[in-house]
Amino acid sequence: MNLYRYSSPSAFYPVAGKLVPWFGWSALLLAIVGLWIGFGLAPTDFQQGEAYRIIFIHVATAWMSMFIYLVMAFWSALSLGFNTRLSGMMAQALAPTGALMTFIALWTGALWGRPTWGTYWAWDARMTSELILLFLYFGVIALRNAIDDDRRADRACGVLALVGAVNVPIIYFSVQWWNTLHQGSSVSMVAAPKMAAIMLAGMLVMAIAVWFYSIAVALVRVRCIILERERGAAWTSQLTEPGKT
Amino acid sequence: MSEFFAMGGYGFYVWGAYGVTALAIMVELLALRARRHAAEAAHAEAAAR
Repeated sequence: MNLYRYSSPSAFYPVAGKLVPWFGWSALLLAIVGLWIGFGLAPTDFQQGEAYRIIFIHVATAWMSMFIYLVMAFWSALSLGFNTRLSGMMAQALAPTGALMTFIALWTGALWGRPTWGTYWAWDARMTSELILLFLYFGVIALRNAIDDDRRADRACGVLALVGAVNVPIIYFSVQWWNTLHQGSSVSMVAAPKMAAIMLAGMLVMAIAVWFYSIAVALVRVRCIILERERGAAWTSQLTEPGKT
Repeated sequence: MSEFFAMGGYGFYVWGAYGVTALAIMVELLALRARRHAAEAAHAEAAAR
């Protein structure tokens, strides 16, 4: 199988369409399981009471907000380096979902911080850099909307996305580099998790659910973008025939 | 049941977090559906010509 074939929008469009239900239904199923673990099985936290149950969405969406940005920067780099149409479309498709994840992470963090730290918001390094991430997503979306020519928009947004990527390691390491109100990570690749196994399980299942949701939504959106941008191209006339999409 | 919704006194925070998350996801899905329908309709129109 020649994978390069799928780098053309015409070949990718039907493939993306076939993948969407798999990721979408898996996301729903995993979210149900994750919420069942989070609310049904995981016990009350001995320090935070029931308020800690917010972390099941907070951590999952905060991870995703950073990861989507890196993926968007990756596609932007491909778009800038190889000038491939689909790369720019992929980057374009990811920005709104990245902004959504960032918003949810900030919102749930505020509602968790109030009962746990005593404040909704503090201008500490972690929260400020996450807020900058939200503005970077907004900036990429606004820049895209401001430029009529799609290929020029790809390049401009690509540069912005790549420059903004320096913010992601700043978010991630902010709790180590600076003295932040936000606590250090509870989950790490190199050390034992600082939480009960069942809580960790709920968090990881929710994280995978958020992953699959983001993939499904990005695939649907990239299909819309392909239709919007390739309008008039000969191959798209086959798309709306029954059974071909 | 009401104990579950009270969340040990943290109901406002927990359900405020989960409720807005659910709402935000609904908004994204509905907006995306509208976009897909618009793109497909514009496309079908162009193909019919």
